[in-house]
Amino acid sequence: MTAVATLSPRPARPLGYLLAAAFLALVVVAAVCAPLVTPFEPDAVDFAASLAPVSPEHLLGADQSGRDLFTRILYGARTSLVGPLLLLAIASALGVALGTLAAWHRGWVDAVVSRVTDVMYAFPGLLFVVLIVAVFGNGMTTAVIALGLAYAPTIAKYTRSVALAECGKPYIDSYRVQGMGGLAICVRHLVPNMARSIVGYLVVLFGEGLMSLATLSFLGFGAQPPSSDWGLMVKEGQPAIVQGAFLPVLVPGAAIALVVVSFNVIGVRLADRMGVRGT
Amino acid sequence: MIRKLAGVLATLLVTSFVIFGASYAAPGDPVTFLAGGKENLTPEYLAAVRAQYHLDDPFLVQFGRWLGDAVTGDLGRSTQYNDQVGDLLAARLPSTLGLVAYAAVLFVVFGIALGVLAAVRGGRTDAAVVAGTTFATSVPPFVVATVLISLFGVRLGWFPVMGGGSLWHLTLPAVTLALGALAIISRVTRQAMVEQRELDHVTVARASGLAERLIVVRHVFRGALGPIVTMCGLVTAGMLAGTVTVETAFGLSGIGSLLVNAINTHDFPVTQAVLLLMVTAYILVTTLVELVQPLIDPRARRST
Amino acid sequence: MLLSVEDLTIEAGGRRPILREVSLSVGKGEVVGLVGESGSGKSTIARAVLRLLPQGATASGRVLVSGVDVLSMSPAALRDLRASQVSMIYQDPRSSLNPVRRIGDFLTERMVHTLGRPKAEARARALELLAAVGMRDPELCVRQYPHELSGGMLQRVVIAAALAADPALLLADEATSALDVTTQAETLALLRRIQAERELGMLFITHDLHLAAAYCDRVHVLYAGTVVESRPAKELFADPRHPYTAGLLACTPELGDPRPIRPIPGRPPSLDDAFTGCPFAPRCPHASAECDTWQPHPLTVAGGSAACRLVEA
Ligand SMILES: Nc1ncnc2c1ncn2[C@@H]1O[C@H](COP(=O)(O)OP(=O)(O)OP(=O)(O)O)[C@@H](O)[C@H]1O
Ligand code: SF4
Ligand SMILES: [Mg+2]
Repeated sequence: MTAVATLSPRPARPLGYLLAAAFLALVVVAAVCAPLVTPFEPDAVDFAASLAPVSPEHLLGADQSGRDLFTRILYGARTSLVGPLLLLAIASALGVALGTLAAWHRGWVDAVVSRVTDVMYAFPGLLFVVLIVAVFGNGMTTAVIALGLAYAPTIAKYTRSVALAECGKPYIDSYRVQGMGGLAICVRHLVPNMARSIVGYLVVLFGEGLMSLATLSFLGFGAQPPSSDWGLMVKEGQPAIVQGAFLPVLVPGAAIALVVVSFNVIGVRLADRMGVRGT
Repeated sequence: MIRKLAGVLATLLVTSFVIFGASYAAPGDPVTFLAGGKENLTPEYLAAVRAQYHLDDPFLVQFGRWLGDAVTGDLGRSTQYNDQVGDLLAARLPSTLGLVAYAAVLFVVFGIALGVLAAVRGGRTDAAVVAGTTFATSVPPFVVATVLISLFGVRLGWFPVMGGGSLWHLTLPAVTLALGALAIISRVTRQAMVEQRELDHVTVARASGLAERLIVVRHVFRGALGPIVTMCGLVTAGMLAGTVTVETAFGLSGIGSLLVNAINTHDFPVTQAVLLLMVTAYILVTTLVELVQPLIDPRARRST
Repeated sequence: MLLSVEDLTIEAGGRRPILREVSLSVGKGEVVGLVGESGSGKSTIARAVLRLLPQGATASGRVLVSGVDVLSMSPAALRDLRASQVSMIYQDPRSSLNPVRRIGDFLTERMVHTLGRPKAEARARALELLAAVGMRDPELCVRQYPHELSGGMLQRVVIAAALAADPALLLADEATSALDVTTQAETLALLRRIQAERELGMLFITHDLHLAAAYCDRVHVLYAGTVVESRPAKELFADPRHPYTAGLLACTPELGDPRPIRPIPGRPPSLDDAFTGCPFAPRCPHASAECDTWQPHPLTVAGGSAACRLVEA
C-alpha cells in the first residue's frame, strides 16, 4: 500500500476550511435525517421515472430504474461515510498498537513490524486489498477489513515516529522510575499524549480511505446491490452514459469528490495546526 | 549492490509467498477454492486441480513448484477461460503497457511543466497549480473516468466511448490514469525547485552574470532532477495497479480488467498470476529507480 | 577609482538599516580590507556591489564601478558587470559549487553561457586557470565533481572561476574562513600573488583585524552597518583611533604581546537594536552621556577617518 498524503504545501485559507466543515456537517445531518429530508425510499423502483432529469420532484434526477438520485445519495452517505470510519478504526487500533509496541520495545519487535510493513508496501495501490477480497469474497465487510489491514502499516509507521519522539521526553522516564509497568505507561500516558497528532493524521487519511473504499465498490468488490454506496452508484450508472444521461454517474461522483476535497482541506489545516508530519 | 539485489529477491520471494499462500487462507478446502468454488465439480476435475497444484505435497514443496513454474512462464490454467494463464496475460499485456506508457508520457511532461511553472512564476500561477493539484488528488480515477466519458465521449463526441486499440481510444483512459500522477509530480517538482532555488551555488551563478533562464535550467532544475526522477519512477511503477480501475471504467481489455473479472468469477489462477506480475513489475521498477540515482547525483556514486 | 561606494544605505525593514551611509573605495591594484563582527554588514556591502540586495530591501546612495552606478544600471549592463568586471569569492567553497556539475562546467559556464565564447576556447582557458591557481592535474580536475575535492582545492577552483573573465575587481568575502589554518595561509598567498600579477583591485572581507592589517593596504572597520574607522593598515594597527578598533585589536592576542586580552563586553547589535547616538555606546569603555545623542560621522584623523566623538575633542 502506498499512501500519498494529499497535503498541500500551504495552509488552507480559513474560509475554505469553514466551507468544508459546514459542507461536511450538512452532509452528515442530511444523511442521518434522510427519511425526513426526502419522501422517497432509496430502492423504490419506478420505471416511469427512468432517467428522469432534474425536476422539483426528483431534485437530482433518477437512475435507470427510476430510483431518486437525491434520496440514494443521502442514504448512500451512510455507508460511504461509515465505511471509511470503520476501516480507520480497525487500522488505527492495529496501527497504534503495533507502532507503540515497536517504539517501546525497539529490537526484534520493531524489526518484525517493519518487515511486515515492507511486504505490504511491496503491493502497489490497492493490490493487497484486492488479494484479500479475492480470497475471502466480495462484500462490504471484507473490503472494510481488508482496507483496515492495508492502512494499519501506514498508521503504525506514523505512530512509531511520534512515539519515539514522545518516549524521549523526561516524563516517561519519571513514570518508569516510579515503578510503573510498561503497558500501563503506554496505555495511560503515551497513547493519550499522542492522540492529538494521530487524530490529525487520521483526518488526513479519511479522504483517502473514502476514495479507496468507493473504488472497491466501483470495481464490484465492496458494497453490493441494492446498496446505494456512492462508488457502487457510479458503477451502476455507467451504462446510462451512452444514453446521454449523465446524472446517475455525475451525482455520486460529485458527492465523492466534494466530500474528499472537504476532508483534505480540513486535514491540511489540522495537520498544520497540530504539526502532523506528512508521509 | 549485492546486498540490495539480495534484498529485492527476498522481497519478491516473500510477496510471491503471500500471493501463493493466500489460497490456503480461504475458508474451506483449497481444492474447491482453486477450482473456482463452483458447486457441481466432478471428482475428475477436482483430481486434475489437485494434481496441477500438487496439493498432496507438503506446503513448501507446493510453493516451490508453483514458483518454479511461474518463473518458467507456466502460470497454470484459467478456470474461467480454460486457457493457459500465460496466454491470457500475453494477449492483454500490450494494451495495458501501451496505456501505462501513454499515461507516463502525459504525466511526466505536463506534471513537470506545471511544477516548473508554479515554482518559477510564483504568485497566482503557483496558487492555481497548488489548488488544481489538491483537487486532482481528491477525485478518484473512476469518477474522473466517468466525467471524461460523459463530457468528451458522449456530449462532445470527440473520443470513442468504449473499446480500445488506437491511440485515440487510449487518450481518455491515459488522461484519467495520468491525472493523479500529474498532480503528485507537479507538487514534487515545485517543492524541489523551491528548495534548490535557495541554495548558495544558485546565487553564485547569478552573481556570475548567468541569465535567469539558464540559472533555472542549469542549476535549479538540474538540482531538483533527483527527487523528480525518483518520484516519476515510483509513480510509473504504481501505475500498473492503477490500470485495474481505469480499464474497468473504460471497458478496456487489459490485465487490469482481467484481474477484476478473474476476481468476480473466482478465477484464482488468473488472479494470482496478474497480482504476481504487477507486484514483480512494481518491485523491479522501484529498484531500477534506485539504481538510476547515481547517474543523476554524482554524490550517490560513492556509496555504490 | 575602480570601486567607489558613496553613502550607501540599505534598509530591509529592521528597526535600523543594515547599512548606514557607508563610503569606501578600492583603486586598481589596491587591497582594501573590510573588518567587522558577524552581522555588521560586510557581506551586504560586497553583494551590493553586484546588486544582489536582500529580499525587499531599498538602497540609496551610489555604488560606482569604473564610474558607472551599479544600483541604477540596465539589466544588460548589470549582467555584463557581473560576468566580466567584478568577481566574488565566497566563504564556503563547498556550497558555492553546484554539487551535480563537474568542475569544468563550473569554470566554463560563465565564459560559454554569458560571454558566448566557444567551448573549446573556454576549456583551454579553464585548464590554464587551474594551473595558475596551482592545481596539480587540471585535466583530471575538470572532470571531477565538487565532492571529490578538499575544501582548499575547491577554494582554488572558485578563485580560478573568479578569474575566468579577467575581472578588474575581486570581492573576497571571508574567502579563507572555512579552511583549515595551513590551507588558509596557502590560499591567502595565492590570492595575493594573483592580485599582484594582474593588478586587481580587491575588497578583502574578514573578521580578523590582525589579518586585515597584515594583508591589506587600507582597512575599513564596520560596526552595526556603519564604517567607524578607515585608515591605512599600518597606522590603524599601530594607533587605532576608534574605541571599537582598539577593542578588536585587544581581544585577539598576538604572539609575544605582553598586553592582557580584553574581550569587548556586550554582544554585537542585531537589526532590532536601534540607536539614538553612537551605536557603539553600550559597549564603549569611553562612553559618556553625550555619546547617546552624538550623531556619528567620519572625522579626519591621521591618514583617514574615524567616527568617534573623542576624535573631535
Ligand atoms: N536577505 C536579508 N534580509 C534581511 N536581513 C538580512 C538579509 N541578509 C542579511 N541580513 C541582515 O543584515 C545584517 C548584515 O548581514 P551580513 O551578512 O552582511 O553580515 P556579515 O558582516 O557578513 O556577517 P558574517 O560575518 O556573519 O558573514 C545581519 O543582521 C543580517 O541579519
Ligand atoms: S562616540 Fe562615544 S561611545 Fe561612540 S565610540 Fe566614541 S566614545 Fe565610544
Ligand atoms: Mg558575511
